[in-house]
Amino acid sequence: MAVAEQTQSIEEQRRWEGSLDQLRGLVSERAITGETMLLNMGPHHPSTHGVLRLLLELDGEQIVSCLPDIGFLHTGIEKSVEDKSYEKAVPLTDRMDYLSPMSNNMAFSAAVEKLLDLDVPERGQIIRIVCLELARCASHLVWLGTHAIDMGAMSVLLYAFRERERILGMFEMLSGQRMMSSYIRPGGVWRDVPDDFLPTIKQFLNDFPAKVDDYEALLTKNPIWKDRAQGVGVIEPDVALAYGLTGPALRGSGVNWDLRKAQPYSGYETYDFNVPLGEHGDVYDRYLIRIHEFRESMKILNQAVARLETVQGPYRSENNKYCPPLRSELGQSMEAVIHHFKLWTYGYDAPDDEIYNAIESPRGEIGCYIHGTGANKPRRVHFKTPSFIHISALPVVAKGYLLADMVAIIGSVDIVLGDCDR
Amino acid sequence: MEIPAARDPVDAAREAFGDAVLHVKEFRGETTIVVEALRAAEALDFLRVTSGLVYNMLSDVSAVDYYPNDYGDSFDGDESDYRPERFGVSYHILSMLYNRRLRVKAFVAEDDPRLPTATVVWPAANWLEREIADMMGIVFEGHPDQRRLLMPDDWYGHPHRRDYPLGKETVAFSFNVDEIHEHKPFAKD
Repeated sequence: MAVAEQTQSIEEQRRWEGSLDQLRGLVSERAITGETMLLNMGPHHPSTHGVLRLLLELDGEQIVSCLPDIGFLHTGIEKSVEDKSYEKAVPLTDRMDYLSPMSNNMAFSAAVEKLLDLDVPERGQIIRIVCLELARCASHLVWLGTHAIDMGAMSVLLYAFRERERILGMFEMLSGQRMMSSYIRPGGVWRDVPDDFLPTIKQFLNDFPAKVDDYEALLTKNPIWKDRAQGVGVIEPDVALAYGLTGPALRGSGVNWDLRKAQPYSGYETYDFNVPLGEHGDVYDRYLIRIHEFRESMKILNQAVARLETVQGPYRSENNKYCPPLRSELGQSMEAVIHHFKLWTYGYDAPDDEIYNAIESPRGEIGCYIHGTGANKPRRVHFKTPSFIHISALPVVAKGYLLADMVAIIGSVDIVLGDCDR
Repeated sequence: MEIPAARDPVDAAREAFGDAVLHVKEFRGETTIVVEALRAAEALDFLRVTSGLVYNMLSDVSAVDYYPNDYGDSFDGDESDYRPERFGVSYHILSMLYNRRLRVKAFVAEDDPRLPTATVVWPAANWLEREIADMMGIVFEGHPDQRRLLMPDDWYGHPHRRDYPLGKETVAFSFNVDEIHEHKPFAKD
């Protein structure tokens, strides 16, 4: 290409066809006059944790305002669910928060159970707790690795993913899938735990606490880490509440609110564990909380595994109008065959009414609103996802900090774009 | 500090808003208060600040579409259910102090779907309402940012309405690939 041509094409690219008037009222007046700089961060940026685009208004290095732009990963899950029977919608929920699919399965299944008024047997509940806490660890491990690599600590990612691989191996044992497990379903779980699962998880529970100490040895007292994290991205408790933050982002500000304690589900009230709280609401406190949550999850897992050995019985509801009969019954009982056929062809009817049910995912409150139709498909399903809320609060958290701090802030509120866009 | 005794949100709302409280429903232990659409934000603010209620957190805002015939005069379902208009907007609010949830619901009509924004009450409502405006086509009056949120700016229609078709992609096989490509807009030339 001739040099003249090339220059012209670059000139063309530089010409922006949009108008600054579109942003009037959203960015400060100084951006309109050109006094401050508007800078796009993302959607293809490694530290935006997915396809998040931030339009930053910068005064030098300082962030004056921030406009998040989401929707790049919108897949219409809520719309698709309207065309599926309740049981068949579970695999779609895996794909929302792809770092902790079990929590999504649980949010949806628990909501359907509430709508149907369906009980889950005790063993099913214990298996669910094991899955949820393993998912919390797996999700926090990805958060830890990526957050550290964003801030320049390369090696933590490798260690964190090494342990996460073991958890994903256990998910594969349970469900046949490493990530998109669809294991927790309305009425219980898909199947009982396999024989080799218990020895594997015991080995993991034995090894993991030492690994958490290793991560702490790398980061907690590391002066570079402390310089980057302490006093950065401070969220005041009243701001956190007004913006609806939940999970570690809220607890980092010292608000003692954990749905596992406040509104227990699946038998969390019978386990002994603590809810770690922060003091300053900065990036460092949110880091410490998640590190402590590893240890609290270990506590819960140890108790749950011990119960799993003693509590026997069904792992999903025996109400065959809602849950498939056992495979072994199919050859002997005509009724079981009818139930099985009816469930996989039609599904089941749910009342023409609405419910909202929330659980505590690794990121915060994940709520599920379901409005039934009286028939086998929902009228409306809406997921209130923590990442969505947390990104909406980014502008107020980031304001006044430096551009380099933005990376730390995004990492510390722990967002997943699949969770945000659905 | 002494915590004031919890008040019944239904009684409190009836006392403060009288006829603007249109209906009250209980289902699976969840209370729904249906209020007049134009006074929804006012009612939410009342529930947030009044002592004994203190619903300090907005958990979720979601909208439901009763199209085609599950609302108004053509609705022949459960008598106890109340669905005067096509769209229902639900605010799920949470009181951390008394550890309870409440749903405040407002119905808006098909031909004029508008209600005042709750962004002034909770900033959290900003994006949740923007999503509904984008996906359901309900206008939140006074909302500070009325751009689309999830869909592209030039998108036509509101995907979560029940009369918006759920698109499907026809699978291309050798025998029908030409037919499919004929009416596909992708760059052939």
